[in-house]
Amino acid sequence: MSLLLRVLRHADEARHLSPADWDLLVRQCRHANLLGRLHQRLEAAGIDMPERARNHLLSGTIMAEQQHHSILREVGHLRDALSDIGLPLILLKGAAYVAAGLPAAAGRLFADVDILVPHARLGEAESALMLTGWQSTALDDYDQRYYRRWMHELPAMQHMFRGTALDVHHTILPPTSRLKPDARLLIEASVEIPGLPGVRTLALPDLILHSASHLFHEGEPDNLLRDLTDLDALLRQLGETPAAWDALARRAERLQLAGPLRLALRYSHRLLGTPVPARLLAELGCLKGGPRQRLLDALYLRVLETQHPSAADGLRGAARKLLYIRAHWLRMPPHLLAYHLAHKALFPPQADTRNLTADEKNAA
Amino acid sequence: MRIRDLSPADFLARLGADGVRLAAGPFNCRLQSGIPEIAEELARLYAHHPLIGADDFIDFHVGVRPGQGLRRWLRPQAVFSVDAVEPFTPLPRNQALAMLEWGLNWCITAYSQHLLVIHAACVARGDRAVILPAPPGSGKSTLCAALANRGWRLLSDELTLIRLDTGEVMGLARPVNLKNASIDVIRAYAPEAFLTRPVHDTTKGTVALMAPTEASVLAVGQWARPTWMILPRYRPGVDARLEPMGSGAAFLQIADNAMNYHILGSHGFAAVGRMVDHCRSFNFEYSRLDEAIAIFDRLAREAEGDAP
Repeated sequence: MSLLLRVLRHADEARHLSPADWDLLVRQCRHANLLGRLHQRLEAAGIDMPERARNHLLSGTIMAEQQHHSILREVGHLRDALSDIGLPLILLKGAAYVAAGLPAAAGRLFADVDILVPHARLGEAESALMLTGWQSTALDDYDQRYYRRWMHELPAMQHMFRGTALDVHHTILPPTSRLKPDARLLIEASVEIPGLPGVRTLALPDLILHSASHLFHEGEPDNLLRDLTDLDALLRQLGETPAAWDALARRAERLQLAGPLRLALRYSHRLLGTPVPARLLAELGCLKGGPRQRLLDALYLRVLETQHPSAADGLRGAARKLLYIRAHWLRMPPHLLAYHLAHKALFPPQADTRNLTADEKNAA
Repeated sequence: MRIRDLSPADFLARLGADGVRLAAGPFNCRLQSGIPEIAEELARLYAHHPLIGADDFIDFHVGVRPGQGLRRWLRPQAVFSVDAVEPFTPLPRNQALAMLEWGLNWCITAYSQHLLVIHAACVARGDRAVILPAPPGSGKSTLCAALANRGWRLLSDELTLIRLDTGEVMGLARPVNLKNASIDVIRAYAPEAFLTRPVHDTTKGTVALMAPTEASVLAVGQWARPTWMILPRYRPGVDARLEPMGSGAAFLQIADNAMNYHILGSHGFAAVGRMVDHCRSFNFEYSRLDEAIAIFDRLAREAEGDAP
């Protein structure tokens, strides 16, 4: 278990670290996109941070505060755009945590706003957003088709002036997935955020189930540990009302998301020590073994870790690849999967680097 | 121990293995490279910087490595990395040293939201600092390099770091990035300064790096108070002239050149406001370095005369 996970489990682990340990902790934390969140944990726990390490962690908090500020402004713009066509704004994931002021927002960094609109009104919503400056980001025709036919969201949009990114979902898993949560149930149960008329989020159990299904259907591991800490914060919040645990389990059944919930509770409990009633863990089969579970553990325990090289063993690369395939396997039937992977193999996406811009060099 | 105390062989061996660990002002850096030809110049650029121990906290783990596969031999490349992440497109291998410097600047800008980071040069006399924010082509680096060779200590050529709590400038004393004609100007003006061999055809044109003076590096831990904000502009043939700048215009100059003004929100506003309140601000035109420096020296003497 990485130093970062140990400190996330018990902030007290950070009390007697050497400068070299702090160095490692900050690096592992940066690779997991958790600088701001760890900073707030350690502050809350009254841990004395050495100045150099604190500066890096504090930078993460300041960055997160700025992002939260701009997300809140964006939420206002989005609400206005959708209210023109009589739709409430329903926020998902990070934007929901921030707008509703949940503990899961603490120090969270993120790149985009995710919203949910009813499938029947998707076209209308897209038009209304385009009229206020949101544009589909340039993807090739294959990607446009892929999103519109097979995915639970439109191709990512970006605001032409403000540059902010937006994902418009009509449900929380691709319609081609084996699991088919009914988005109408999510919308019906959504709740208005106090003090923000016209802005809603999913109810807390649904936020948890969305976070869980996202965690185990995503092929991109770089933010998985961050997402697991989201889940941990949401579950701790839920746990303040003991009766809510059974409601969560029933809700998962109803939305066909008992599988993702089982894994979410298993790993959140095991890696982050999330307090989940033992009875529930047993009832949902969160603790069971068996060869299939051992294989899943071998994969998930490698990717639900900081992706910093110091926390890797020789199998991490393979685990990342297998989970990428598993995520796609869960998201689409075999013939579609074969076609999609073949296309991605033949036409790989552009590398994830960029030129140092003139500005940065001058800045540099 | 300082970098100059390492033998060239030792420096090269460290650079190629675990990396050279040094302190540049408030930041500890580990520089690592599999490109041996940069070692000699790198060691001279950082000659006076202190080495730090293997167990110390490192702020930036950076390196430049050679391109892989065919790119080792065919139009060879240099790839910048910060702690195993490679955020930038590779550059030609002969730009490796400049890329390391640019990459380090990027790290400071990206990871230092606990400071106000201004795109500006900064030099000081004692603890009184002149901040020189200016667009490229204004002669900022040339002026900064000239001042640094005439009794002013170099805090930074590109990034001026302002503490949010005290408003002080934290110096870096890292190499000065000289471009095009200014390379020969500084060679002639300060023959004793160490400049790297010029590298041609970068996106900034021809570049060379100038080592900070020993005095600048030794005094780097002495934070300075922003005392003057001077916006320089090189214009061929003109007599050097200072023109007072209003505080509103000065505020906008600093805010405009602050890399993270938009991230710091009200803290950024307060920091820039405090700077403007404590600085005398000027527009400055010049063409001859000696004349320019005489004016800076006069400002410094006036301030000393004012001092209690």
